[in-house]
Amino acid sequence: MNWEILGIWLGALLTLSLYSFLYRDNPFYKFTEHLFVGMSAGYWVIYNIFNVLRPNLWDRLTGAGEAGPDLWMIIPAVFGVFMILRLVPKVASLSRFALAMIVGTGAGLSLVTTLQTNALAQVEGTILSVTGGGLSEFLDSFLLVAGVVCGLVYFFFSKAHRGVIGGAAGIGITILMIAFGASFGYTVMARISLLIGQAQFLLFRWLPTIPLFRGLAG
Amino acid sequence: MRTILPLAITFVTGMIMVLNFFVPHRPFNSMGNSLSDWYMIVASAAIFLGAMNLLQVHFARIRHRARNWQYSPVAIGGFLLMLTAGLVTGVEEGRAFDFMFQNMVVPMGATMFSLLAFFVASAAFRAFRSSNWRATLLLVSAFVVMLGRVPIGDLLWRLVPGAASGAHPSLVTEIAEWIMQVPNMAGQRAVMIGAALGVVATSLRMIFGVERSYLGGAD
Repeated sequence: MNWEILGIWLGALLTLSLYSFLYRDNPFYKFTEHLFVGMSAGYWVIYNIFNVLRPNLWDRLTGAGEAGPDLWMIIPAVFGVFMILRLVPKVASLSRFALAMIVGTGAGLSLVTTLQTNALAQVEGTILSVTGGGLSEFLDSFLLVAGVVCGLVYFFFSKAHRGVIGGAAGIGITILMIAFGASFGYTVMARISLLIGQAQFLLFRWLPTIPLFRGLAG
Repeated sequence: MRTILPLAITFVTGMIMVLNFFVPHRPFNSMGNSLSDWYMIVASAAIFLGAMNLLQVHFARIRHRARNWQYSPVAIGGFLLMLTAGLVTGVEEGRAFDFMFQNMVVPMGATMFSLLAFFVASAAFRAFRSSNWRATLLLVSAFVVMLGRVPIGDLLWRLVPGAASGAHPSLVTEIAEWIMQVPNMAGQRAVMIGAALGVVATSLRMIFGVERSYLGGAD
């Protein structure tokens, strides 16, 4: 059996089934949609087993690496079991401990990393954009700084948006609208590129296999 | 106890992670590193929880003969197929799991997301009906960025007499690039800084037990 052709045909049939939704909702689409949900869930479970649990938990717990068994790893294993026990109503409250550990660690981690990367680094980038360059660079930098400040003023709800604050918030929302439009356009184009990719797959990989497939069949 | 102990765990783990950042020395660095590893493991258990929940939902749909229940065996079958292939044959290149991932999951994922191109475009047409000048600005910004990302944008511009031989033969691309680099970046930074301050405030509320809705109630 030619596995490559089988793979191309599987991909093409599933692609066409999903695109059939553009006409209307139909059994082919529903079948493929459910298959996608199930297979994706299966993929992520296996991905987790092989890329997270095996190297980080199992290998360390059993001492499969260079170091000996790390018995401390029993703690996250127990917490992981607690998390799954959420499905058992009688002991579902145990999952609170696992959730508390995730929330605490996640909050502590995101507090410092978000503050560093999404707040301080962005402020630094905005300030540094003012340095150097000619007139057009200066105007761009001015617009960038004014846009960031006015955008932040728009998000500041502790003071009524009237007077100078209202004017700045007005400029802020204008900048935000342009930014949202740009992000939207960018997202649409990313989706379009996926569409082109799938169309190319059907045209240049699947269609040439049809005569070959007919030859094999007949 | 059912509330106090989880709150204590949240406080201790959260503070260890914060202290690990400000005091990157023993014992905080080793505790912080261990917690990061544990976090990954416990969070991965949530994936199993999600998978089991998926099975529960679909088995319940079959049992109750809910609407479209006929498709639930397909979802369960797809899940078990990937799970079995991964566990039995492994995940190396060329194995059954990899074959199904490359030839079924990847095309289905790409097609699903490419379908959104149609729906986003039609939804946007309805949502962005220019009710005021700022909505128009959003629409124009989106249109220019889209046009600047494809060759037809500059091709159309070069149809204007003198544009092709002028100083800016790729004006549409240049404008799209400027929108991305200046007003878009300004807006994105404002959103990012605002959201980061929100994350910091929410994280502090969680660590200090003020925010406890994640425990499933106000008790």
